[in-house]
Amino acid sequence: MIEALQCTVNGRAVEVGIDPRESLADVLRERLGLTSVKKGCEVGECGACTVLVDGVAIDSCIYLGVWAQGKRILTVEGLQTESGELSPIQRAFVEEAAVQCGFCTPGIIMSAVEIVGSGRQYTRDELRRLISGHLCRCTGYQNILNAVERAVNEAHKFVGGAE
Amino acid sequence: MEVGRSIQRVDAVDKVTGRAQYTDDLCPRNALVAKVLHSTIANGWVKSMDTAAAEALPGVVKVLTCFDVPEIQYPTPGHPWSVEPAHQDVADRKLLNRRVRIYGDDIAAVVAVDEITARRALERIRVEYEEYPPVLTPQAAMAPGVPPIHEEHPDNILKHTVSEIPLPPSDFRCAGDVLDCPAYHRFSGHYETQQVQHCHIENPTSYAYREGGRIVVVTSTQIPHIVRRVVGQALGIPWGRVRVVKPYIGGGFGNKQEVLYEPLNAWLCVEAGGRCVKLEASREETFRNTRSRHPISFDVRAAVDGDGYLMARSCVAVSDQGGYASHGHAIAANAVTGFRQTYLDQLAHRSEAYTVYTNRPAPGAMRGYGIPQCNFALECMMEDIAREMGLDPYEFRYQNLMPPGYVDPLNGITCHSTGARECMEKGRRFLDWDGLRARYQNQTGPVRRGVGMAVFSYKTGVHPISLETSSARIVLNQDGTVQLQLGATEIGQGGDTVFSQMCAQAIGIPTEDVHIVSTQDTDIAPFDTGAYASRQTYVTGHAIRRTGERFREKLLRYARELLPEAGELDVRGRDIVDARSGESLLSLADLALEAFYSLEHSVHITAECTSHVKDNTFSFGCCFAEIEVDIPVGKIRVLRIVNVHDSGTLINPKLAEAQVHGGMSMGLGYALSEEMKLDEKTGRLLNGNLLDYKLPTALDHPELHALFVETEDPSGPFGNKSLGEPPAIPVAPAIRNALLHATGVAVNTLPLTPQRLVDAFRKEGLL
Amino acid sequence: MYDIASIYQARSVADAIRALQADPSALVIAGGTDVLIKVREGKLAGCSLVSIHGLGEELSGVTQASGGDIEIGPLTTFRGVAFDPVIRRCIPVLGEAVDQAGGPQLRAAGTIGGNVCNGITSADSASTLMALGAVLRVRSPRGEREVPIAQWYKGVGKVDLAHEELLVKIVIPRANCEGYTGHYIKYAMRSAMDIATLGVSCLVKLSADKRTVEEARLAFGVAGPVPMRACGAEAAVRGLPIGEAVGRIGRAALEDVHPRSSWRASKEFRLQLVEELSGRALREAARKGGAQI
Repeated sequence: MIEALQCTVNGRAVEVGIDPRESLADVLRERLGLTSVKKGCEVGECGACTVLVDGVAIDSCIYLGVWAQGKRILTVEGLQTESGELSPIQRAFVEEAAVQCGFCTPGIIMSAVEIVGSGRQYTRDELRRLISGHLCRCTGYQNILNAVERAVNEAHKFVGGAE
Repeated sequence: MEVGRSIQRVDAVDKVTGRAQYTDDLCPRNALVAKVLHSTIANGWVKSMDTAAAEALPGVVKVLTCFDVPEIQYPTPGHPWSVEPAHQDVADRKLLNRRVRIYGDDIAAVVAVDEITARRALERIRVEYEEYPPVLTPQAAMAPGVPPIHEEHPDNILKHTVSEIPLPPSDFRCAGDVLDCPAYHRFSGHYETQQVQHCHIENPTSYAYREGGRIVVVTSTQIPHIVRRVVGQALGIPWGRVRVVKPYIGGGFGNKQEVLYEPLNAWLCVEAGGRCVKLEASREETFRNTRSRHPISFDVRAAVDGDGYLMARSCVAVSDQGGYASHGHAIAANAVTGFRQTYLDQLAHRSEAYTVYTNRPAPGAMRGYGIPQCNFALECMMEDIAREMGLDPYEFRYQNLMPPGYVDPLNGITCHSTGARECMEKGRRFLDWDGLRARYQNQTGPVRRGVGMAVFSYKTGVHPISLETSSARIVLNQDGTVQLQLGATEIGQGGDTVFSQMCAQAIGIPTEDVHIVSTQDTDIAPFDTGAYASRQTYVTGHAIRRTGERFREKLLRYARELLPEAGELDVRGRDIVDARSGESLLSLADLALEAFYSLEHSVHITAECTSHVKDNTFSFGCCFAEIEVDIPVGKIRVLRIVNVHDSGTLINPKLAEAQVHGGMSMGLGYALSEEMKLDEKTGRLLNGNLLDYKLPTALDHPELHALFVETEDPSGPFGNKSLGEPPAIPVAPAIRNALLHATGVAVNTLPLTPQRLVDAFRKEGLL
Repeated sequence: MYDIASIYQARSVADAIRALQADPSALVIAGGTDVLIKVREGKLAGCSLVSIHGLGEELSGVTQASGGDIEIGPLTTFRGVAFDPVIRRCIPVLGEAVDQAGGPQLRAAGTIGGNVCNGITSADSASTLMALGAVLRVRSPRGEREVPIAQWYKGVGKVDLAHEELLVKIVIPRANCEGYTGHYIKYAMRSAMDIATLGVSCLVKLSADKRTVEEARLAFGVAGPVPMRACGAEAAVRGLPIGEAVGRIGRAALEDVHPRSSWRASKEFRLQLVEELSGRALREAARKGGAQI
C-alpha cells in the first residue's frame, strides 16, 4: 500500500513512496529524515511538528501525507542559506537565548517564518497570539517572543525607529 | 573571566537548525515497536490474560504479560544508590505488575513490526481482573480495613516521620507548649496543593538493542548512570552489561530523574532476541504512567509574639504517593524540612510527614522536590498571620528571615551566604509594592486589583540527606583545545554551556576552546548521578573546577619541560605566558602538538577527578505579583510579575534569566490552571492530554521579569548556588496572596481556577 | 501512522458522494483536525475515509449572493473565514468567533464545515451560526436540501446529515445579519488552544437613536448538549433601553439553558457564566452597533 508523493520539500522536488496512513510528520521524519519535525502530542496541541505547507504553518501530525501532493513544504532544515548561514530568525533565537531544551524550537521557528514573511508589524500581544499554537515548558515564551519580535523588526528595518 | 559571561548556548545553533538529535531521531527506522497494555481498573489483580488472538496477528513478534516477567522488584527513583540497606530506595514494582495499583497500570506488552500492529494486538488481549474499589485520597487509604496497595505496608502508609528541633532552655517542654501558649498570637491553617505534571514537550522515549552481548539503551533521561544501575537491577544482570546513552533531551523537570520505561524496554529487547525495540510513551501515557508532582495537604500552626517574631511553628504534611513509591518518603520529608527553613523559629519547630499509597498515578520528583508545595503552605500562612495580626506582610517576613550563619538544627545545612533581604528590597521597588498596597486597599466593584508576594529558600544538592558525587574528565586535543567529559547532563537548562565556562575558567582558556558533547554514554562519561536537585553547577561544578585546576597544572608541568629557563608560568587565553609580565611564551596549540608527538616525551595530557561534596548552601528569592480579578467570572489576570533570585554568582546571566522565566511560567500554571483530575468512581485520569491539561500558552503569560542579587557563596565552586528549580517555587503563593489582597478572600487550595474562585466568592458574599 | 483501512481522495463533490454511496462505513474527512484525532484515540480506528481535502475549488471560499445572503463554503478554514473580506464587512462576529478556535496552525487546517458537522456543543462557530440563523445546504444523490441550523443538531455529536449527504454551503440569510452587530465571548480556561467552557454569541439590532434594543439574538455553546438559542432571553430584552437590557438578559437566559455538570465545569459555574457573560456580550454587541454604553 505505497503511493507516490510528489512535492517540493525545502526547495527541492521530491518524489517519495509513502503509506497513505502516514501523517505528513511521519513522511518528513521517517521517509525524508527531516527530524527537526518533532512529535510531542500527535493531536495538534503542542505545535512541535509545525511546518509550512504552501507558506502556511500547520501541525504536520494531523495532516495526512497524501494531502501534500503538489505542495511546497518547508521545515527548519530548509532555512539555512546555501553558504550555511543561519536565517535571521534562527539567529534571533540564538542571540535572544530563546532556546532551552530545543524540542519546541524548530516548530516555533516555522511559525515565526510565516509571521515574519507576512510583511506586517505586530504588537507584543498579537505576537503572543500568533505563537499560541506552540507549547513550551522551558522558556515561559519570554525570550521566544523577544526573538520573534526582533526577527520581525529586523525584517522591516524598524530597529531604532528608522523605517 | 569566563564565569559570569553571557555567552551563547553551546548547543543553540544545533537546536535552531534541527540538527540536534533526540532519542527518536536516532532510532533505527527498522526498529521493532513495543506498546504497553494498561489496566482498565485502578485497584485489584490481574487474574488471567488471554493473549492468543494477539499472538496470532501477523507482524506480532512477542506478547509478554505480568505473568512472564522476572520475579524481581526494583526501585525507580534517580537517587544515588545507598550501600546501607536501610537507606535504599523502595523496590515496589516489577516490569509488569499483576497487582494493579493505578488506573492504566502496565500489565502486558506487545512487540511488533510496526506501531499499528502493536496497537491492534493490544486490543486483542483479554484480561480478567479481581477488582477492589479505587482508593484515591490518603484519608481513604489510611482508613481501617482498606486492602493494602502494597502488602509490605498494610496500613498504606509508606512512611511516617516526626521531628522536633531541640528546645532552648525555657519553661516550655515541647513545641506544642509554645504553640498553645496564650501569651502568643496563635495561628492555625490548612493548605492544599494539587497534582501537576512536568509536561516536557518530548515524551519519555527509549530504544534498546543488544551489542557484544550487552544491552544498549538509548533514552531520554536526566540520569544515565542511574538508569544503567536500575536496568541491571530490574533484569537481574550485572550493571556493566548495560550501556546507557543519553542524547539531547526535550526537557525533564524531574520526570526523567526517574527510571521510567527503560527496564521494560531492555527486557523486551532481550525477549525479542536482542533486536532493536523502541518504546515510546505517548502523551497520554506520559501523564498517567510517568511521574508528576505530589499533591500534599498541610495542617500548620504558629505562635507569634507581640513584636511579630515567630516563636514556634508546626506542620503536618500528608503526601499522596499514588500507586508506587518512586522517590519514597524523600519528598514529603523535604517538604516539611523546607517549611522549617526560610524563616527562623525563636523557640521551637515540630514537623510530621506522612507518605501514603493510593491508587493515583504515582508522583515523583518535579522541579522543587516538595518545596513548591510547602512554600505555598508557608507563604499563605505568613500572609494570613500578618493579616490577622495587622502586620505588614513584607516587614513580618523580613524580620523573621533566616539570618546569615543559620544552621538547620536537624540536618546541619548552613546559610553560608544570603541575599534574601536584598531580593525582597529589589522586588518591592520593582513592583512599587508600597504604592500599590495602599492604592488597592478597600476596593469595590466586580473587577479588583491586588499585589502579593512570597519568599523562599532552597538548598543546593542533596547533602547530607544523600550522597553528592561527581566526576569530570578533561582531555587535551591536538590543537590545544580541550574536551570536557561529564556524566552530568544537559537537559535544556544550559548545563553544557555553563560547564564549558567553568572548565575554561578553571584552566584559564576561552570557553570557545572547550568542546563538550551533549551525549552521555555510560561507557565513556565519568560517573555523575545526573541532573536534579539544582545540584550540577554546584556539585559537578566542584568536579570541573578541581579537574580543570589539575589539568592546568599538567599543562604547566609540560610547559616547564619545554621552557626550563622561564620564570613562573601561567595559562592565559590560548597561551602559556610568563605569569608576571603576561608575555606569551608558547601557544597551547604548539604545546599540544609537542605533547602528542614529541619524540622525547609523548604524553596525552588529561585529568580526571571526583568531587565528593559534603556541604550544602541555601539560595533565596522572592516573587512579587500584581493581579486583576474579574470576580463574576472568577478570572485572575497577572498584570506584572517579578522573581528576584540570590543564586550566588551567576555563571551565565543570560541563561540564568532564561531559567527563571521558565520556572515562573511553571509557577503560573501551578497557581492558576494546572491540575491532574481523576474520575472519582474509577480513578481514571480525566485530562491526561495537552488539550484538557491546562498548560499555559503564550497568550496566558504576562511579561516575565527576572532580577538577581549576586552573592558570592564560599561553598560554591565559583560562588554559585542552586538556580534550576527555585524559580518555580514562589509564584503560586504570591498570586494567592495578591488575590487575598484584591478581594479579601483567602483561597487555600491550588490551583486558583475560576470555578474554585467563583465558589469562594459566593461563599464570602462577593457574588 | 494512522490506523485507517483506506482513504479515498475525492475529485469532486459528486465523486465524494459516489464514494460515500459505495462504502456505507466510510467517513468524510476534510481538515482532519477532528477525525484524525479520533482515529488516533481509537474511536474511529480502522475506518475508511473519503477525503474532501482537495475540493477547495468547489467547497471553499465566501461569497455574497445577489440577494445579499452570505454563502460560506464548508471547506473554508477557520483562518479563511476569519480573514475573508466579505465576513469582515458583513458579519465580523463570525470571523472573530472562529478566530478563537484552537491555535493558529489548527485554524489554518480546521474547517468551518467540519465544525458544524461534528455536532459538538463547544464548537466555536456554533453559537454564532445559531444566532445568525444559518441555513445548511446539503447535497445527496437525490439532490439538495436546506436545513435551518435550529433543526440541525440532533444530540451530542449528532446532526441532521445522512451518510450519503455532504454539506456544501453554509448560508447566512441577509435578513439575519444586515443591521446587526454581534459579539462572541469564548470563556475557556486558557486564552488559546482550548475548548469553550461556555460560548456566548449575541447579535443586536439597535433603534435608530442607538438607545433601544430592537432585536437581540442570543445563542450558547456548552449551555446544553447541543448549541442553543436563548429565545426567552431574546424576547425579554426586546424593546428595552440598552442598559436595562444588558442588566436583564443574563437572568432571563438562565431560563433557557440547561447546562450539565461535567469534570470540566459544574452546572452552577456554567450558569454563573451564562448570567454574567450574556450581559457582557450584549453590551459589546451594542457598543459595536454605535451605542454609548
